[in-house]
Amino acid sequence: MKTENDIAVNVQGLAKRFGEVQAVAGVDFKVKSGELFGFLGPNGAGKTTTINMLIGLARPDAGTINIGGIDCTNKPRSAQHLIGVVPDESNLYPELSGFDNLCFCAALYGMDKSTRQKRANELLSAFELTNAANRKFGGYSKGMKRKLTIAAGIIHKPQILFLDEPTTGIDVSSARQLRQIIGGLHGEGTTIFLTTHYIEEAERLCDRIAFIVSGKIVRTETVAGLLQPVLEKYVMQITCSGDLKKLSEKLSGEFSELKFIIRQPDIIRVEAHGPIRVGPLVRFLEYHEAEVSEARKIKPSLEDVFVKITGIEADAMRREKEKSGGKR
Amino acid sequence: MKLWIAFWNILAKDFRTYYLKPPNISWGLIFPLAWTGMFFIKSGSGLDSISSILPGVIALSILFGTTSLLAVTVTFEKKNRSFERLLLAPIPLELLMLAKTGGAVLFGIANAFVPVIMGMFFMDMGNVIWWQLAVTVVLISISSTFLGLFVAVSVSEVFEAQTFSNFFHFPMVFLCGLFFPIAALPFFLRPLAYLLPLTYGADLLHGAINHTAQRPVVLNLLVLAGFCIVLFLCSMRNIKKKWIN
Repeated sequence: MKTENDIAVNVQGLAKRFGEVQAVAGVDFKVKSGELFGFLGPNGAGKTTTINMLIGLARPDAGTINIGGIDCTNKPRSAQHLIGVVPDESNLYPELSGFDNLCFCAALYGMDKSTRQKRANELLSAFELTNAANRKFGGYSKGMKRKLTIAAGIIHKPQILFLDEPTTGIDVSSARQLRQIIGGLHGEGTTIFLTTHYIEEAERLCDRIAFIVSGKIVRTETVAGLLQPVLEKYVMQITCSGDLKKLSEKLSGEFSELKFIIRQPDIIRVEAHGPIRVGPLVRFLEYHEAEVSEARKIKPSLEDVFVKITGIEADAMRREKEKSGGKR
Repeated sequence: MKLWIAFWNILAKDFRTYYLKPPNISWGLIFPLAWTGMFFIKSGSGLDSISSILPGVIALSILFGTTSLLAVTVTFEKKNRSFERLLLAPIPLELLMLAKTGGAVLFGIANAFVPVIMGMFFMDMGNVIWWQLAVTVVLISISSTFLGLFVAVSVSEVFEAQTFSNFFHFPMVFLCGLFFPIAALPFFLRPLAYLLPLTYGADLLHGAINHTAQRPVVLNLLVLAGFCIVLFLCSMRNIKKKWIN
């Protein structure tokens, strides 16, 4: 019988180097059974290297890995019957149909013919792919490919599911549907290890999140715990023209209780520990010949926490990923 | 966990996806025909030359049908990441690679019997030592397939798999005593011939078909089996080092 405190994944001092590059540098974390654990970081932070070590596709240079109570440090493939993996790029067979792909994946876990056909049909139906069951996987759309790849990852009902960037490069409605599927799996008690660069996705789905930057974990906390400090803040965003750097300095001089940050060339972010009065700010800016086009309150989000902790703009991270991967 | 289900399905999928495709079947038929025709015309000695050509054509049919095809299919699957799916399955790596190579071994055996069946129409096969022929075909098929595996682990692009396979193929055509004896080679090339597995396979085939083997059957069988084991172990070591790194 599992309890909430059962540890599904326990990683201590994990390190991996590729030549001159220290990809992962002493990572520690624990994932509880039934938890949806988010692993966030920019490109090249060490997310995929960490996941590869956890799923048995890479050997760590140092540290220990324990998956479902099995020490996988020296035998990387010894817990594979417990895990399901959905990689960042679909890795099914383009020449096989959706149905045959699922049946083949089920056979890799020793399922007999009638069981694997039944399970494949169940998943095709659950993922709304029944109509495409007999079409070749190579002809599927990106969203359909992602759905079938997730279905293949859970065909054997794994205890622990590793999802690497599950919604990257797919359209908004498919991404929404995938998030519902992930939420459903979590609801059924599957432990999920999720890497993503969509911070709002992590905020919506995860119980706990670890931020990784340059191969090191900089913070691990529950979503509520991460949000607590920023929720106590009042934030406003002013869109205006003019020399924002000079304007920001003048604003700081006039409104010393407020903090002004230039996030984008035409946006000043205002932070305070109490309610912000819009009128005086707008009048002040207009007096200094800036044309204010918008001033609005902003609900602080995990993105603010991410920026604060990592020093990396979330937008820049998203753009970088979309440049190297798919668009969304 | 029923490992045989995984093993059988990997083998069956490869057969369906690669080896039973029309281009591969036609290759298996055209290749021995072309080689036999070429040597038949070159020798000019009529149907009598068929029996001396047959061992070489059998060996080449297996070699070209297994090494390149396995190297290319594995590299292709590695490239499109579907091989990762197999590495993530809870199957011992050795069993996984045996399943993966099993299809190529069977394809090589099937290829070998195309020239044998053709030979039945043109020569007297009454003196053939069939058990020796069968065992040799299986061993050449296994060693050539494992050579393909060795190639697949050493390269990362599909075109590299093809060119690196040829690096082994063409010296074997001339150095292994397939169509002329090793004794006819320049003396400095002879030691090289004994480093190639097909040398022992070719001698066994000559022994089985024409009773003209240069070395004892047991010695040839043992050396060929040794090559199979060494190639498989080297490939496994490289897989663990390169693919799970």
